[in-house]
Amino acid sequence: MSSSEWPLWEVFIRSKQGLDHKHAGSLRAADAEMAIENARDVYTRRSEGVSIWVVESKYITASSPEDNASFFEPSDSKIYRHPTFYEVPDGIEHM
Amino acid sequence: MLNKTIEQLEQEFQAKIDAEIKIEPKDWMPDAYRKTLVRQISQHAHSEVVGMLPEGNWISRAPSLRRKAVLLAKVQDEAGHGLYLYSAVETLGTSRDQTIEDLLSGKAKYSSIFNYPALTWADMGAIGWLVDGAAIMNQVALCRASYGPYARAMVRICKEESFHQRQGYEIICTLMKGTDAQRQMAQDAVNRFWWPALMMFGPSDTDSPNSAQSMKWKIKRFSNDDLRQKFVNATVPQAHLIGLTLPDKDLKFNEATGNWEFGEMPWDEFFNVVKGNGPCNKKRLRDRNTAHDNGAWVREAALAHAEKRAERQRKAS
Repeated sequence: MSSSEWPLWEVFIRSKQGLDHKHAGSLRAADAEMAIENARDVYTRRSEGVSIWVVESKYITASSPEDNASFFEPSDSKIYRHPTFYEVPDGIEHM
Repeated sequence: MLNKTIEQLEQEFQAKIDAEIKIEPKDWMPDAYRKTLVRQISQHAHSEVVGMLPEGNWISRAPSLRRKAVLLAKVQDEAGHGLYLYSAVETLGTSRDQTIEDLLSGKAKYSSIFNYPALTWADMGAIGWLVDGAAIMNQVALCRASYGPYARAMVRICKEESFHQRQGYEIICTLMKGTDAQRQMAQDAVNRFWWPALMMFGPSDTDSPNSAQSMKWKIKRFSNDDLRQKFVNATVPQAHLIGLTLPDKDLKFNEATGNWEFGEMPWDEFFNVVKGNGPCNKKRLRDRNTAHDNGAWVREAALAHAEKRAERQRKAS
């Protein structure tokens, strides 16, 4: 039975022009064309999208949540990357 | 992570839940949490899929083109909802094939409500209004479940389902404005579906062994009895407004609490249906198996076609 299982695809949808594609969910389909059509039928039945990307799930590489502390540490420790780190005299505007 | 004990991991996990941080697929989670989710979400998915059967029966018998288009759209939504939920189960590491196999073999459960027959057109109204109404009450609460993929699927489902209840109520309203026979048909459907709909919320809190743990894990946010009361309070005035009675002689409004109090639910019947002895248990499973078997060649052919096409592209490049 498992021999006939279709591959898993991840679906990304642009809800309107000007916005990024966003992960909408996943589905199973025999090939890319069927994945696109199924994605349309399942995830855009109420005009939720103007563009669809599909990619086979096996091609996605993801970071590991158990490494989060060390992996994202560089961004946590550099608060000087944020504008609020800097002192500006009272009365200064537009900066 | 390797240095942490199970107890430490469990504590961190519960702390995340308590802090309203969602759990995502690759995060560590206790086996029992994973198991509970797989059971609950797959049952939910199966319910969407089996739920298409009683309604599918009426698509070709709908009284007008408008009703037919609406019913078709509703049934199509349910197929989609099954898919969202099967996908959520897959993120927990259970294969889609296995999940579906468990339904087909009768090992997995689905909502007992679908083991009742849809005898008349009015049943399409009662199912949409009462059954989908009860399901929505449950599902709105699940939109805040602690497991990210489940909660996201529920948000999507709730958004799509809001029309399901309305179209059902509209069918009943229309019948109630019709002939005596039509009113009688509506009343009869409501009489049959009222108690099964109330029992969709599950056993009373005192008899629901998994409830406390599910509440602690924030898979559940409200107790079965609270949601059931909310549903009754919302639904009774909708029935009365259009001249329907509800099949419960103990139903009465309590001024002090603002609740519609209702009588004893027929739990013996409920558990009998859960055990497989409902009017349609065998038929539903047989129909599902037939549909699955009849579709086997399509699934295989699609794969063969995809492989052939990929092969041709490889040669051409």
